[in-house]
Amino acid sequence: MTGGGSLARRQKLSSVMSGTVAAASGLTVLPLALVLGYIVVNGAVGLNLDLITHLPAPVGEAGGGMANAFLGTLVLVALASAIALPVGILTGIYLSEFGQNAFADTLRFLTDVLTGVPSIVIGIVAYTLVVIPMQSFSALAGGVALAIIMVPTVTRTTEEALKRVPPTIREAALALGLHHWKTILLVVVPAGLGGIVTGVMLGIARIAGETAPLLFTAFGSRFWPTGLTGPIAAVPLQIFQYAIAPYQDWHRQAWAAALLLMLLVLGLNLVVRLATRTGFQREQA
Amino acid sequence: MSFGLLLLLLIAVMLVEMVNESAVSFSRFGLGFLTSSTWDPQQRVFGALPFIYGTVVSSLIGLAIAAPVGMAAAIFIVELAPPWLGNAVSALVELLAAIPSVLLGLWGIFVMVPFLRARVEQPIIERLPNVPFLAGPAYGVGLLAGCLILAVMVIPTIVAISRDVMAVVPKDQREAMLALGATRWEATTWAVLPYARSGILGAVVLGLGRALGETMAVTMVIGNRSEIPASLFQPAYTMASVIANEFTEATYELYISALIEIGLVLFLVTTALNAAARLLVWRTARAAR
Repeated sequence: MTGGGSLARRQKLSSVMSGTVAAASGLTVLPLALVLGYIVVNGAVGLNLDLITHLPAPVGEAGGGMANAFLGTLVLVALASAIALPVGILTGIYLSEFGQNAFADTLRFLTDVLTGVPSIVIGIVAYTLVVIPMQSFSALAGGVALAIIMVPTVTRTTEEALKRVPPTIREAALALGLHHWKTILLVVVPAGLGGIVTGVMLGIARIAGETAPLLFTAFGSRFWPTGLTGPIAAVPLQIFQYAIAPYQDWHRQAWAAALLLMLLVLGLNLVVRLATRTGFQREQA
Repeated sequence: MSFGLLLLLLIAVMLVEMVNESAVSFSRFGLGFLTSSTWDPQQRVFGALPFIYGTVVSSLIGLAIAAPVGMAAAIFIVELAPPWLGNAVSALVELLAAIPSVLLGLWGIFVMVPFLRARVEQPIIERLPNVPFLAGPAYGVGLLAGCLILAVMVIPTIVAISRDVMAVVPKDQREAMLALGATRWEATTWAVLPYARSGILGAVVLGLGRALGETMAVTMVIGNRSEIPASLFQPAYTMASVIANEFTEATYELYISALIEIGLVLFLVTTALNAAARLLVWRTARAAR
């Protein structure tokens, strides 16, 4: 079954192909370098304190900032977390501690399916569930949309974190006469807390930059938020609207906001990565 | 358990709500909605073909770029690179996956699009006039820009999943090949890839699912014109983009209903692809156990 002649030729093919796949790896990293590089350079040039302390200037005028969008993103992420964390963490606990049955397998499968639903579709769902009944775009609708996106991430990381807690710890607690639920609450969950926090951070990183599901739920605004039942601004939405608008100063602000958003998202990811340090080769060993 | 039921309920509610809300459009246009290419909100006529075409073509071309590159990178990470380098590439590709779509779109609009217009499309049009699919004028924004940005967005998915399924191929497989005198490349192509085949296929299908539903970055660079483009350089439109752009402008029930019907189709297709991909990946993982 040797396809290719002499040993020398086969070895040459091997090294040529090794070079090719190494080059391909370089190609996968190249876009990251380009995008990060441009965002850092263009963002740093346009960054000023006004961006996070001032409201947007009237349309077409230079200056102003998007302080309301930063506050809005904070509100939206908090809302989404308030909805998604209980659901996600409890589902994760269920899957890890009681998950040896067909129902749990179905749940895992559905969680994966939910991860793959396009975020714009989640936006439509939040629109029909919240915006239509309330007859208004609202922070609440945006929070619901982001929560639906956050749940699968939190569920999956919670389950995996708790599964890594050694069974002997559970058995020791049970042997000491603790109820099953107390064992879970007082022993298993604290032992897996680091992993759960990781999941929460990944979930926040995932939703902080989401734009599509906010377009027709949170809708965006050029003013301070008026409450949870009215439209609210968000940083990714503002970046999108500024990027496609014809004003130079808006482009500058979009790059600067992009830099801050990128620092937040990649920062969270890096912290998680350093905290867990589960390179895949390590797991393999 | 009850929270689990909540999740189940949520997916059921998603489906029911979208079916309900798209009923007006479906009863008006029927299946012709998917095959008609006229999208004219002013005349209240809606056909989704230009968007379906734009979505399918941009996703397939994006995937055709991303799949070989992503698989090669996975081979490098698992089979050839020293562990520190493999881990580093792996981590960087995961960071690429974490960049929000809107930031890729921002880069796309202001960096990639002008580059494509001046350095790629214009020279090609001048040197190769009258070649089908490569006709001018050079807009910059258009199908090509959409394909490229999708390729960038899909690569992390393909690398991550292919890497994981290759990593679970038992060491014995490779060592047996190497002991028979195979080179590293031969061991990879004859012992590792066949073993991981269905998982890698799963990775590609998962990537396709991601590409089909990708919204922001594509919306920002594909040009958003509801015609079926005859050239790679012409503006196009995708299903996700038309929802993103027109949903808040849709002023009457039939219009919104038509947009939600597009969302429903997108939901059904991506969910089916995802389910299939998960089964493929799961099969490889089980076979390796």
